[in-house]
Amino acid sequence: MKAHPSSRAAVPLLLLLALLAALVIGLPHAGPLFGALFPQLERPLYVQEPFAWLLWQHSLLAGVSSLAAVVVGSAIGVGVTRAGGQPFRAMAENVVAIGQSIPPVAVLALSVPIMGFGELPALLALSVYGLLPVVQGTIGGLQTVPPSQINAATGLGLSPWQCLRYIQIPLALPVWLAGVRTSVIINISTAAIASTVGAKTLGSPIIVGLGGFNTAYVLQGALLVALLAVVVDAAFELLSKRLQWPT
Amino acid sequence: MTNLQPRGNPVVIVLASLGLLALAGLPFLRVAPNRLVSGEPIYFLSSLSTLSNPQILSGPALLLALVVMAVVAVFASGFVRQGRALHSAVLVATAAFILGQLGWAAFVAQQLMQAQTSLGRVSLGSAFWASSVLMALLANDALQRLGATPLQKAVVGLTVLALLGALLASGWCNDLSIMKEYANRTDGFAVAIGQHLQIVGLAMAFTLGIGLPLGWAAHANQQVAKLVFPALNVVQTIPSIALFGLLMAPLALLAASVPALGALGISGVGMAPAVIALTLYGLLPVVRGTLAGLQQVSTAQINAARALGLKPWAVLRHVRLPLALPVVMGGVRTAAVAAVGLAAVTALIGAGGLGSILFEGLFSNAQDVVLLGVLPIVGLGVLVDVMFSALTAMAVKQAAPHA
Repeated sequence: MKAHPSSRAAVPLLLLLALLAALVIGLPHAGPLFGALFPQLERPLYVQEPFAWLLWQHSLLAGVSSLAAVVVGSAIGVGVTRAGGQPFRAMAENVVAIGQSIPPVAVLALSVPIMGFGELPALLALSVYGLLPVVQGTIGGLQTVPPSQINAATGLGLSPWQCLRYIQIPLALPVWLAGVRTSVIINISTAAIASTVGAKTLGSPIIVGLGGFNTAYVLQGALLVALLAVVVDAAFELLSKRLQWPT
Repeated sequence: MTNLQPRGNPVVIVLASLGLLALAGLPFLRVAPNRLVSGEPIYFLSSLSTLSNPQILSGPALLLALVVMAVVAVFASGFVRQGRALHSAVLVATAAFILGQLGWAAFVAQQLMQAQTSLGRVSLGSAFWASSVLMALLANDALQRLGATPLQKAVVGLTVLALLGALLASGWCNDLSIMKEYANRTDGFAVAIGQHLQIVGLAMAFTLGIGLPLGWAAHANQQVAKLVFPALNVVQTIPSIALFGLLMAPLALLAASVPALGALGISGVGMAPAVIALTLYGLLPVVRGTLAGLQQVSTAQINAARALGLKPWAVLRHVRLPLALPVVMGGVRTAAVAAVGLAAVTALIGAGGLGSILFEGLFSNAQDVVLLGVLPIVGLGVLVDVMFSALTAMAVKQAAPHA
């Protein structure tokens, strides 16, 4: 592991973060600007909810669902690669493969009959859909560990549990992290669409704007969501660089 | 060999038990006086009472017997010695269950609707959906254990789908609420499917037209790769609905300032931003697949072809392209599956498609309308996925016929 990643690697992330902060603080004061850009609109600035609050709600929804997906997904991934769970591995891989050909918006729509409207169906749908890349990343990561290394560890007297803890998990981390990254980015994206099932997120200005032909609202929501996703992705990029093992 | 076959199959036992639990404990159907209320649950066991008349040898009774026997047989198969014959039997039993259960649900709906007005709705309940999905997973597991190729899997899947389609088209299921919603919008449904395919088709045509040459260029010149990939990665990160939104304003401006484009139908909403956004999303997997495909053709293979006297274009035609094709196809598959799903979201910017039915259902709180939009989207996504796996498997065979 690189002990000291060059501090310059964090510069893009910090710049993007500063841009996001500037946007959240500046947008509420940008009414005149949007008024000039869209002169035909009576109300060129989304004021139903503060942008900072929407950003917080959005991050909360995506964050909590991703956390649930990571905890459960990693457990499933580790479970089916252990000796006892081996019979279920092919099934898990199949479900993950087929499940990913189903779009997240379909899962979101299907969760409404189960949970009703609001934050809960969104939370359920995001957690379930987010599982898939995490399970895939966990199985894929554990698969990259060469059997010779496991044999060597077992030969040194490590128990299967110790082998998992000290050999398999550390070696699987980069691929696992890639799965977590995919899961989080999908969840940020789906959380924006979740405003169609009643959750208040950064998607709300977009949906309200699309419904009322208010392109300014759409633009304000879209800028913030896009930037949030790019910031989080940049953070994962930085993290994955720190996790890389020398080859 | 038989001695090596394991006794019992824990996967079958677990999934079949879950299926039985769902049938016992979750509502099989829901009956409501109209489409806006969620209605009274009817459980599978209580649905048996629709057969109270002395009709032991009637069609519906035989149907019920088939369904029960199929699920019991699948459950029991988990406890005996495994083998090819057993896996084939499980496959047949799961298919029989899925078709038979729909037939039985439709029969119960026919009986229940006799006591309802024409506004009454009998909708499929969670037990129906859960057991169908679990059985489909078991069918897939059986196919896997039989060592089925992607092409064989596709054939089996399409056969079951065709039988389901025939059952739905026969009119037997017309008293189920989802079929009633379908009957209310037969034309709109066909239009929505057409629009959906049009969006996906157009986007894929642009994706391939731009992505394949771009992948080729990235292979030929490292500078191109260094420029293209970071940009495409950022696009991939941007949430779909945000990308649609970001395209709206510039496109509206463009259409307003260049009337010729506006006359072509390009505007801030509708098909234009949908196809552009889907194309942008599809580029990354296709360019990456093309580059990876070309890269994994070894210099030794190319040198061997040259030594045989092949001209450069012949090397391209007979060596590079066939060997790269399977990997390229993998990228195209990812792009196509994603496009089917993303096209559902384009309904929000007025592009139509199956998403318009989905969101209409969501906004009017009509669950059967949501399902009417979701089921074809899911089916289309899985279909595209299975089709491309079969094609990729064929491309692999072509690239290495004797491997």
